[in-house]
Amino acid sequence: MEWFDSWGLTLAIFLPVAGAAAILVVPRADEATQKLVALLFTGATLAVSIGLLADFDYDRASGLQFEVNKSWIDVINSRYHIGLDGISLPLLVLSAVVTLLCVVYSWDHFPEPHNPKAFLALMLLLETGMIGTFAAQDLILFFIFFEVVLLPMYFMIGVWGGPNREYAAIKFFLFTLFGSALMLLSFLALYFKSDPHTFDIVALSQPGVLEMSKGVGSLIFAGMFLGFGIKVPMFPFHTWLPDAHTEAPTVGSVILAAVLLKLGTYGFIRVALPILPDAAEDWAPVIGTLAVIGIIYGALACLAQTDMKRLIAFSSVAHMGFVMLGIATLTDFGINAAVMGMVAHGLITGMLFFLAGSLQERYGTREIARLGGLLKSAPRLGWILGFTAMASLGLPGLAGFWGEFPAILSAYQPAAALSEVWFRVFMVVAAIGTVLAAGYLLYMYQRVAMGAVPAEWEDAHIHDVHTPEWIAWTPLLIGILVIGIFPALIFEMTDPAAQVVTKVFGG
Amino acid sequence: MLATIAQSLLAEGEHVVDSVGEGGHEALEAASWILQQGWLMPLVPAVSFFAILFFGKRLPRQGAEIGLAAVGFTFLWAVLSAFEWIGGSAVVERSTTWFSNGRFDIDVGIHVDGLTVMMFVVVTTVSALVHVYSLEYLRGDQRFTYYYAALSLFTASMLNLVVADNLLQLIVGWELVGVCSFMLIGHWWEEKPNSDAALKAFLTTRVGDVGLMLGAITLFFAVGTFNIEAINQAALSDGIRHGLLLTAACLLLLGVAGKSAQFPLHIWLPDAMAGPTPVSALIHAATMVVAGVYLVARTYGVFFEGFSIDSGGINLLALTGGVTLFIAAALAFVQHDIKKVLAYSTVSQLGYMIAALGVGAWTAAVFHLFTHAFFKALLFLGAGSVSHAAHHTFDMREMGGLRKYMPRTFWTFIIGTVALAGIPPLAGFWSKDEILLGAKEGDFGTILILGSIGAFMTACYMGRTVFLTFFGEYRGHGTPHESPGLITVPLMILAVPSLLIGLINAPGIEKFNDWVAFHVPDVTFHLEHHDFDPGLALISTVIAVFGFAVATWVYYWQKAPKGLLERQPVRAVHTFLEQKYYLDHIAVSGIAAGTAGPIARGTYWINQHVIDGIVNGVGVATNRFLAPFTYDVLDQELVDGMYDDIAGATSAVGGLLRKAQSGLIQRYALVLFAAVGAGGAALAYLT
Amino acid sequence: MYLNQYLFLAAVLFCIGVYGVLSRRHAVLVLMSVEIMLNAVNINLIAFSVHIQEVSGQVFALFVITVAAAEVGVGLAIVILIYRNLASPYLDQVDSLKG
Repeated sequence: MEWFDSWGLTLAIFLPVAGAAAILVVPRADEATQKLVALLFTGATLAVSIGLLADFDYDRASGLQFEVNKSWIDVINSRYHIGLDGISLPLLVLSAVVTLLCVVYSWDHFPEPHNPKAFLALMLLLETGMIGTFAAQDLILFFIFFEVVLLPMYFMIGVWGGPNREYAAIKFFLFTLFGSALMLLSFLALYFKSDPHTFDIVALSQPGVLEMSKGVGSLIFAGMFLGFGIKVPMFPFHTWLPDAHTEAPTVGSVILAAVLLKLGTYGFIRVALPILPDAAEDWAPVIGTLAVIGIIYGALACLAQTDMKRLIAFSSVAHMGFVMLGIATLTDFGINAAVMGMVAHGLITGMLFFLAGSLQERYGTREIARLGGLLKSAPRLGWILGFTAMASLGLPGLAGFWGEFPAILSAYQPAAALSEVWFRVFMVVAAIGTVLAAGYLLYMYQRVAMGAVPAEWEDAHIHDVHTPEWIAWTPLLIGILVIGIFPALIFEMTDPAAQVVTKVFGG
Repeated sequence: MLATIAQSLLAEGEHVVDSVGEGGHEALEAASWILQQGWLMPLVPAVSFFAILFFGKRLPRQGAEIGLAAVGFTFLWAVLSAFEWIGGSAVVERSTTWFSNGRFDIDVGIHVDGLTVMMFVVVTTVSALVHVYSLEYLRGDQRFTYYYAALSLFTASMLNLVVADNLLQLIVGWELVGVCSFMLIGHWWEEKPNSDAALKAFLTTRVGDVGLMLGAITLFFAVGTFNIEAINQAALSDGIRHGLLLTAACLLLLGVAGKSAQFPLHIWLPDAMAGPTPVSALIHAATMVVAGVYLVARTYGVFFEGFSIDSGGINLLALTGGVTLFIAAALAFVQHDIKKVLAYSTVSQLGYMIAALGVGAWTAAVFHLFTHAFFKALLFLGAGSVSHAAHHTFDMREMGGLRKYMPRTFWTFIIGTVALAGIPPLAGFWSKDEILLGAKEGDFGTILILGSIGAFMTACYMGRTVFLTFFGEYRGHGTPHESPGLITVPLMILAVPSLLIGLINAPGIEKFNDWVAFHVPDVTFHLEHHDFDPGLALISTVIAVFGFAVATWVYYWQKAPKGLLERQPVRAVHTFLEQKYYLDHIAVSGIAAGTAGPIARGTYWINQHVIDGIVNGVGVATNRFLAPFTYDVLDQELVDGMYDDIAGATSAVGGLLRKAQSGLIQRYALVLFAAVGAGGAALAYLT
Repeated sequence: MYLNQYLFLAAVLFCIGVYGVLSRRHAVLVLMSVEIMLNAVNINLIAFSVHIQEVSGQVFALFVITVAAAEVGVGLAIVILIYRNLASPYLDQVDSLKG
């Protein structure tokens, strides 16, 4: 379909924002219509994404497809350049799936202060930002979509969040904005250092377009490193994450964990590495070091948590450490592992946040010490929690393993320019991280799900899984299992694209 | 994963390739059809797992029938495979690409040879009997369906582990059996000790798994593939640097120690007895715990070259096994819980197997694995039967005299005990004897001595167990009774191989050597097989009998000097043993609690106070100092001051001007006319 | 006929009108002075109309008379309102336009 080839991607990006506009037209009191419109538009976006998935030519996964390159802001030579390759495609589909599931999940229980109209509109706006970031091939376009995400999430946390929401929202906003500012600076530097001046990611990735000394390249990379690293979040820029997650409403946490964090790691793969390969080689040991510190550090911090949601938030720090380790190796193995890790973490941690939200709704608390006997009170919920925890600790046969193991594997033999000894140390440290991961997840599971029902809840009626929850969770659970059994589903897409990214590193 | 094998092998049958060696194609042609369908073995129970999980509750027997059917099928297939293999089938090597990553194709496939077929037989036989036994033992359990689902998943994972032709697929099976073990140890999770035991088992083996993963990665990059046969070939033909090989072997050994409960990672296995007894028989005696032994046997090239086993003396593998077999046997003496005695006995026997591999006695190790599976499963199931009769206790202090009440259990238990103690002609004798022989011939004096002492201790503590349980007066409450047929029939079935199976490698028959051998194509590597040594056999028999005699003297006739335990050196040793060498304290209170406690809390403290402190500090500083300065001094005084001044000036001018606006019409008119006049005058003047 | 004489008369009348507008306090007198000024303009229009043989000037004069009539009407109405509100016809007491 020629029409779909040229318009499909644009449709996927802007359908949600059209949906947001449509919701704003609906009267405030008519909640049913608002929900229906949101469902319709996220559903349509997902349908388009599935269409993209189906229409994608897997034999050419290394190059851009569904490419559109139209003039946009001529003055600065910034163009409306979008396209998909094997790395962005799975993430785009993930965003579409997660948003739809979030709409379904919040069907009957919008967090206080209710107001579905604003909530859904923000969610749709968020979706445009996420999908746009994964599709953008122009730095300015990329930056705009990257920033579009910020505001809805700020409001989601700040309005629908927990008791300490204002602090968390502002912290989230300032942290990310700080990073973005430096990132924008780097983008501008790239523009002025390129000949001819351009913001086009594809053009900038060509050798010979950028003329500058090593020091300047390294500085520019540093700016992007901060911008993306804060979003990931990498140790030691991670402290906004636990607060944001703890305070955010369930759906906000899910989107934050499942997709937003990936914008940072995706930025490294899409922008930082291809455009500044030399600087990437200089920075890779730093990234690797921070990544493995993050793995151990996040895991240890998890063990000290008493709040379930905060625990899951810190586990994200650890898991994103594996993703960053994969990226830091600058090998095709590593990039594949990173993208797989992103998708797997999206599914699994998204699922864990859903569960944490549902538990809070049922018990009114997330204190691990007060919970217990979930397997007894609500067996299905308990089993799903167990399944997801197992997936999260990297059990083979489930998706998490394919993010973790190949990342550790890739560290054995990093790109030619990097120190093997260093990365083997990273490998060992990361592998120890898997034990700690098992430790905190099972510790949490034992206290929440096993044991007798505490006296506090003995008479309480703990509802087992609701219908909207089933609908929202089943696709995630199936995804975790299917990707775990057929990792080729993802690797098939990412592998050719990863080889393109790492060709310059001799990978 | 299992479905992948099936799907790929079915759909892409014509792409099935032999991934190693040139002889492969011939082998494929000559291999039996039954063996070629080895992928069915893990697949069938895997399907059964999902079937039980989703439909089990609705069935009349709550899903047990599906599990029984699946395991029955695998058992039949295993028996058929065994016949086909004995009948002279070639090795089956089939694989297909699972996924491509980077420059490498990662395969999924099956490798069926003698070792695999032997494991098929062991796993499916014990699993099938445990399935039957559990029908009675877990009758009415609230999670009966989940139990059977977990059994199916376990069987599938274990069979996948043994059929795998590459390390990655083996790791998948390895981890999955670990999870099943976790689920089943914690089957009665309402009580915290049970879930604690499950956690301890999972985490301890997970520590070992780090080694396994890193070892597999090392070998992968050394050889360029996960394929086990290719790894063995490379290792045995000097394709890998010795240093690298040694590293890989040490790393893998860590994994082996975790899974097969070798010192010092053996601490989880006794606790794992918290699970239902049939599970202990299946997972923690016959199958899962021997996965480590299987791994060493499977990748023997790496260990053999890595540890230079042919040079004799001592090596890490043999030492691990030797130490384990001794310390675990010692611990078995101080246990009151019959299952814990058996658990330590299992650890000790696993030590024998590892030690055997360490001394180069490959066949002996595998043979011991084979015989041990039967008699140890028998003993565990027997212990379960005893507990079933004696009010669900495993404490031997509340038993005694059960010989009269439950004869079938008693006799089968005796068979298991004698087999374990190594008295001819029962199964355990032949395999243990081969191990000692291997140690002697391989010039491993330390292992020979440790092994002999271990043999004495084994006979002795098993004698103690039998006397405490079945002889004397009944010390519990209620009247014990014989267990029903669903329990005793599996015991009797298992008693047959415990009695006889050892004979297949008896002198003059020696079939096992031919059937199960370590063979790597295209490499000249030969493990020496030693002929039966009557002298050594006699000595080991005497040792075992002596062990029984001591046990009889102390526990049956109770002739031990009174108050022996109270005397100082004995007392100290006893306490030391009761505290399990304080290893558990170090692991649980020291390492685990230390990590989860102070270290984790310290990290979190750093997070909250240092890192977040910096962030908040920047925020507060901005708020307290930078912001006031900016606002009060810069903004209010300088910038705003300037604007204030401009505004003030404007206001002053306005004040002047507003006086002109009097509101008096005539004054406006005056201005108007004056202006007209002035304008007119100017016009007149200019023109 | 001399145009100057008419123009002189008109100028005198206009000046009287201006003086009246500026100096009288009584609103009605101010209005009358405005009328005088308008009539001075009328005289000019007619004088020029005759002088240049063009009728349109006289037509304009008719317009001015009409507008003047309307103006007086409105003006008187305002004066009456002012008187009602302030009880005074004197303009120097009306300063509600003051800024």
